[in-house]
Amino acid sequence: MHDKTIRRRRAVLALLVVVSLILLTDYFGESSSSPLHSLQRGVVAVLSPIQEGASKVLSPVRDVTNWVSTTLQAKSANKRLAAENLKYKKELALDGYDAIEYANDQQLLKLDTTDNLRSYGLVGADVIARNPLLWYQYITIDKGRDDGVRDNDPVISQGGLVGDVLSAGASSSTVTLVTDPKFAVGAMIEASAGTSGVAGVSGVLEPEVGDPSTLQLSSLPTSSSAEVQTNQVVVTSGFKDTNDPNIESYYPGGIPIGQVSTQNPADSITTNQEVQVTPFVNLAQVRTVQVLTKPHAGT
Amino acid sequence: MNREFSLHLPLRIAFAAFLAVVLQETTVSQISLFGVSADITPIVVMSIGLLCGSLQGAIAGFAIGLFVDLALFQTLGVTSLLYIAVGYWSGRLREMRDPSHGLIPMLLAAIATGFTGVGMAVIQFMLGVTAPVSFLLIEQIIVQMLINTLIALPVYEIVRRWLYPALPGDPRRRRRTYTSAAMSPLQRPSERMVRLARSGER
Repeated sequence: MHDKTIRRRRAVLALLVVVSLILLTDYFGESSSSPLHSLQRGVVAVLSPIQEGASKVLSPVRDVTNWVSTTLQAKSANKRLAAENLKYKKELALDGYDAIEYANDQQLLKLDTTDNLRSYGLVGADVIARNPLLWYQYITIDKGRDDGVRDNDPVISQGGLVGDVLSAGASSSTVTLVTDPKFAVGAMIEASAGTSGVAGVSGVLEPEVGDPSTLQLSSLPTSSSAEVQTNQVVVTSGFKDTNDPNIESYYPGGIPIGQVSTQNPADSITTNQEVQVTPFVNLAQVRTVQVLTKPHAGT
Repeated sequence: MNREFSLHLPLRIAFAAFLAVVLQETTVSQISLFGVSADITPIVVMSIGLLCGSLQGAIAGFAIGLFVDLALFQTLGVTSLLYIAVGYWSGRLREMRDPSHGLIPMLLAAIATGFTGVGMAVIQFMLGVTAPVSFLLIEQIIVQMLINTLIALPVYEIVRRWLYPALPGDPRRRRRTYTSAAMSPLQRPSERMVRLARSGER
């Protein structure tokens, strides 16, 4: 009887491990339209109303705890100043972007420079869930296809770019943050007051290996031809293929992303220049976001 | 009796698992302490293993891990694999050593959190994810271990109270019931008393 119990226990354990390994292997090797991914999207869709409800019901608990946490760390004053700072940086970034584009291409005079991305079909959303792991930088928002949100739509918040929509459900969406290891976006350096670094150069922005809270802008020209300096603002480049108008970035140009924090001169001697960028948005604290449901409206 | 237990306990475990994942996603993960959020799911798995045994712990670990992977859009199977080990070994500890010290859940929560963090890093590394293996990751694992250790006792107690009515007969619990029947307000009637009461009713 005892042996039978042990055998049964081991058999169940082995079965569970094998099922997990099969799931892992199958999921990892499949495309995003595979049955397992579809099942996952279905579960998220079913869970999203529960998450939304629970998020609203439990928001006082969350708010009180966060309030205590921030009070203990004396962050309240810092937060207000940081918010003001972000606002000015955003305005500066948009102005800088407009200036560069104006000088480079008269065609971009068509851009509506008076608005704050309103023409891109902004849809406001609340963050209803968050993945706590460093490996999956995802959040869930309470807007989905019913509100016009589609896969790959850019997501912004106060201060700048947050990420893009990984999977849009009917009433909720999963958003990949800019710090996710799989995220990348075309970005451009802007001129900033008090710095003499080069402006208008573009590269690819990705999370830095080893520190996802910092981003890395690579594929910039070598430092001998165009040296980037710290504190310069980095915005989305809004890449467009001049030969094929259908090929263009999902992200409109000029969305602030962050500020150059450090350079990497060692790489700039022989290869392209790389700089580290600190995001403007505090992704750990972001509560509300806006989705650009018409990312190509400005073109 | 067995039939009643076989339905009662899994249902309670399933509800606890569901609640834990929803709470984790919507509230706990959005509360940041020193830049890190607590993770109650490994503590719940550990508690179930410690209270119910290795088999139930492993099954609950698999189910909770799969639910976490599904709900948080993670690679399916990763968390399941890790939580199976957490639930199974917590249950084996109970079956082999039967620890009675009140702080055991804290120690196990720290071990479970550390194991989950390191295990996740190893699996992600094996899957080819290049970032973020760094000091930051180690720091996050250590801080999360500390935070989870601090919240382990209340979480364990909540799980214990929730599962207690459905737990199978435990020799220690029966013994306590007999010896301290007149002393504890929380005591339950012994099986012999229940049988006598039932025969009296007839």
